[in-house]
Amino acid sequence: MTQGSIVRQDDGATARSGEVIRERGQREVFCGLTGIVWLHRKIQDAFFLVVGSRTCAHLIQSAAGVMIFAEPRFATAIIGERDLAGLADLNDELDREVNKLLARRPDIKLLFLVGSCPSEVIKLDLSRAAERLSTIHMPDVRVLNFSGSGIETTFTQGEDACLASLVPEMPALADDARELLVVGALADIVEDQFRTLFDEIGIDNVRFLPPQKAGDLAAVGPGTRYMLAQPFLGDTARALDERGAEYVPAPFPIGVHGTTGWFKAAAREFGIDESKVDTVTETRRARARLALERYRSELAGKRIFFFPDSQLEVPLARFVAAELDMELIEVGTPYLHRQHLEAELEALPPATQLSEGQDVEKQLDRARAAGPDIVVCGLGLANPLEAEGITTKWSIELLFTPIHGYEQAADCAELFARPLRRKQRLVI
Amino acid sequence: MELTVWTYEGPPHVGAMRIATAMKGVHYVLHAPQGDTYADLLFTMIERRDKRPPVTYTTFQARDLGGDTAQLFQDAVSDAYERFQPAAMIVGASCTAELIQDDPGGLAEALELPIPVIPLELPSYQRKENWGAAETFYYIVRNLARPAGDAPQAEKLRPSCNLLGPTALGFRHRDDVTELTTLLTQLGVDINVVAPWNATPDDIARLGDADFNVCMYPEIAETAARWLKRTFGQEYIADPPIGVGGTNDFVRRVAELTGVDPAPVLNTVNSRLPWYSRSIDSTYFTGKRVFVFGDATHVAAAARICGDEFGFEVVGIGTYSREYAKKIRALAAELGVEALITDDYLEVEARVQELRPELVLGTQMERHIAKRLGIGCAVISAPTHVQDYPAAYSPQMGYEGANVLFDTWVHPLMMGLEEHLLGMFSEDFEFHNDATPSHLGAAATARTEPEAAEAEAETATDELSWSSEAEKTLSRIPFFVRGKARRNTETFARERGIHTITSETLYDAKAHYGK
Repeated sequence: MTQGSIVRQDDGATARSGEVIRERGQREVFCGLTGIVWLHRKIQDAFFLVVGSRTCAHLIQSAAGVMIFAEPRFATAIIGERDLAGLADLNDELDREVNKLLARRPDIKLLFLVGSCPSEVIKLDLSRAAERLSTIHMPDVRVLNFSGSGIETTFTQGEDACLASLVPEMPALADDARELLVVGALADIVEDQFRTLFDEIGIDNVRFLPPQKAGDLAAVGPGTRYMLAQPFLGDTARALDERGAEYVPAPFPIGVHGTTGWFKAAAREFGIDESKVDTVTETRRARARLALERYRSELAGKRIFFFPDSQLEVPLARFVAAELDMELIEVGTPYLHRQHLEAELEALPPATQLSEGQDVEKQLDRARAAGPDIVVCGLGLANPLEAEGITTKWSIELLFTPIHGYEQAADCAELFARPLRRKQRLVI
Repeated sequence: MELTVWTYEGPPHVGAMRIATAMKGVHYVLHAPQGDTYADLLFTMIERRDKRPPVTYTTFQARDLGGDTAQLFQDAVSDAYERFQPAAMIVGASCTAELIQDDPGGLAEALELPIPVIPLELPSYQRKENWGAAETFYYIVRNLARPAGDAPQAEKLRPSCNLLGPTALGFRHRDDVTELTTLLTQLGVDINVVAPWNATPDDIARLGDADFNVCMYPEIAETAARWLKRTFGQEYIADPPIGVGGTNDFVRRVAELTGVDPAPVLNTVNSRLPWYSRSIDSTYFTGKRVFVFGDATHVAAAARICGDEFGFEVVGIGTYSREYAKKIRALAAELGVEALITDDYLEVEARVQELRPELVLGTQMERHIAKRLGIGCAVISAPTHVQDYPAAYSPQMGYEGANVLFDTWVHPLMMGLEEHLLGMFSEDFEFHNDATPSHLGAAATARTEPEAAEAEAETATDELSWSSEAEKTLSRIPFFVRGKARRNTETFARERGIHTITSETLYDAKAHYGK
C-alpha cells in the first residue's frame, strides 16, 4: 500500500460534479463573524472590532458559548439610528470608539475592523477607515479590516477573510530564501507537532499563518511554498498567489492518510525523498492506526449524513469513509472549492453524494428519509433531530477541537463515536 | 455608535422569535441574511427545545441585493405557508433587511394567504429584545383578540383571568405558569388563556372572555395588557407575585378584582421562607450587603424581598430595561441608593467593584462579574444560560417560588460559623486569608487580583498610606469584610486629616462605624 497519497477506495472514480446537489433556500449556517471566537484566542495581541448591529454582538456572544472571558479581545461597535439618519458621522463615531478602546487596551498591537451585513449594506468603507486609523495609531497599533458579513461569508470564511487581510502586511521574503508557509489557524499542540515533524523530515524553514503575535508575521515572496491546513482558505490562497507564493497541492492533514499525504507533498516540494517521510512518521502512523482501530470497530458500517457548516465536511467525510469504514449518505458543504479539494474528492468513495449550498428544509427531509446513524450538523438543528431519535454530532466541535495530525486522528474519530456510544448507554 | 462587549438583550427580532416560539400554530418569516439563523440555537441549545423555532429566514446574500430580494421574501412566505400550514403568520425584517426596505408586510399581504398575516415593525437600530417581544405580542393580540363572546356568562360560576407574558427563552417562565395556575385555582379563579406560552391563534382570539389579566412579565406583556384594558375594559395586575410579601399582595389584589375570599390562601401561606428566615441560623443574613441588577420586574421584586424577607441591606440596584427606568429610579430613591440604568456590562462591573457587596443578585453577566471578584451570586433574571433551565421545578413566583428564592440566594453565601472560623484563625494554613471559600470554587488568584489592583489604584491617587502593622491587622480581617474595613478606615482617616493609617486608626474606624 502506498503511503504517499490518500488511499483510493476504487479504481480511480471520483465524485463528479454531475452528482452535486445544488440548492437554493434557507441556509442554516453561521456568518463569518463566528471566526472571531477562535481567532481572538489564536492571535494573542489582536483585537476584533465588529462594526455592525446588536444582532452581531448577540451572535458572537451566543456562538462563543456565552461569556467565557470577562473582557475578551473582541467587541461590537453598534450602529445606531443616529448614525443611519446621518445625524452622526459614522467615521467620526468609529474613530472615537477606536480611540477609547485603544486607550483602555494598550496591550493591543493589531486591530481588525470587521465588516458586517449592515456595514456592507450601507457601504461603510472600512478599508479607508482602517487606513485612516492606522496613520493615527501607528506604530503602536496596526489597523486592518476584513468582512465577516453573512451576506458575503459563511462561518469559516471569516477566518479566510481575516488571514487574507494579513497577507499584504507580510514582509517580503529575501530573493534567495525558500520557506514553507502553513496557512490556517491550528491548535497550538498541533502546530508544535507539525513543527517537529517538518524538522525531522528535513524542512526547517517552516512558518505559520496566523502567528500568535501580530508582529511575528512570516515573510512571503516567490520563494514561499504554502500549504493549506484548512480547506476554507480560498481568498487567502489567492492573496498569497499575488505575492508570488506557490501553492503546494495536498490533501488536508486530517486522519492518518491525509496527514501522510500532506507531509509527503511538502517533502516532494522541498526535494526530499518520500521514503524519508515514511521513516520519520512510521511510529506515529502505527500509533494513530492503533488508536483508530478501537473506533473503527464501533463506527464501521455506520451511515453518516453531513449538513453544510465549516467546509471541513469533505476532508472529514474522506477520513471517516477511508479510515473508519463509515458509509457516506450525503456530504454537504457551504462551498465546494474544487481546486483545494482535488485530492480529497479523488479519495472519496465513488459516487458520493455531495451537496453545495442549502435548502435546509429539503435537506432535513432527505436526512430523515435516509435514516442515518449519525448526522453532523449545526447547533440549531442538533437537539430537534435528537428529539426525533436521530443521533447528531455538533459540527462546531470539529472546529473547536484539535483534529489535525496523527496524534489527533483518534480524537477526531472519538467525536463521532461518543454520541453513538451515549445513545447505546442510555436506557431511559 | 455604541461599543458593546456583552449585551444584555438581543435585537428586537429575537424578541419576536421568543413570542413565535412560545406559541403553537404561528410561523414567523424573517427577512434576514444567513448569519441570523444563529438565533435558532438560543432556543434549541440554551432552552434545550426539542423543535426548531417556527422561523423561516430568507437568508439573502450579497449577490441577491442587486436583484430581487422582494421576490425571495415572497417565495419564502409561500414555501413556509405550504410546508408548515400555520394558523397565523408574522412577518418582519432583521437589522440588515430593515436597511434594504423591502416592506415584508406589504409583500406578504399581496400573497393573499387564507390566514391572518401580521406585519411587524421592529426598528432594530433603536430597540432591543424585550421591546421586540412586547411589540410582537401586542401586534398579535391586537390583530387576533375578539371581545367577550355573547355566550351566556351567567353559567360561569368562577371568575377567570389570562396569564400574559411567558415566552420561550424566559427566566423560569415554564414553572411560573404552573405555580400561578395552582395559586389562582386555589383562590377560585380559572385560567382562561395563558399567552403567548403554548397559545394558539384561537386562544388569543378568546382573550376577551376573561375578567382580568395577570401581567406576569410587564416588560413583555404590559403593552398588550394596556391595549386589552383600553379595548375590552379588562383590568390587569402588573406586580407579579414574587416573594411571600409580593404573593400576599397579589392574592389580595385578585380578591379585590374578583370578590373571591383571600383568607384561605393568606391564612395558610404555603412557604417555608418566613420560618427559615426567622430560624437562628439565618441571623448571619442580617445586613448582608447586596447589589441587585437585571430586568426591572425581577429587580424590583428582589430588592423588596432582600429587605423584608431576608434582612439584607440593598446597597445598589439597577436595570438594563430602559423602558422601566423610572420605576427603578423611584425604588432606588425609596431605598436611599443610586439606580444604575445601563446596558453596558463594564459599568455594572465598575459599580459592583465600587460597592463591594457580599452578594450579587443579577443575570448571567453579573454571575461572571461576581465570580471574577470572588463574590457570591445568584441569578434572578434573564439573560439566561443553559443552567437557568433546571430539570427540577423551580418557579420564581408564588409561595413555592419564595422557597426557591430562599435556597438559591442563600447557597452562594458563606455560612455563619464558617465566617467566624475564618475570622478567628486568619493564619490557619487552610483557612488563610487568600483561601477561597470551598463552596465558591473560584481560584484564589481570581479574588485577590482585583483587590490588589484596587489597593494600588487607591494608594496611587491618594496621599493616604498604611503602616505595615496596620496592613497586617487588615490582613487578619476576613477577606469578605476586608474591602469594607479598608474603605471605612480610609474615609475615617481622610475626614480627620490622618495621613498614615495605623492599627489604632483601623480600630477607631471600626468603633466609629460599627459592624
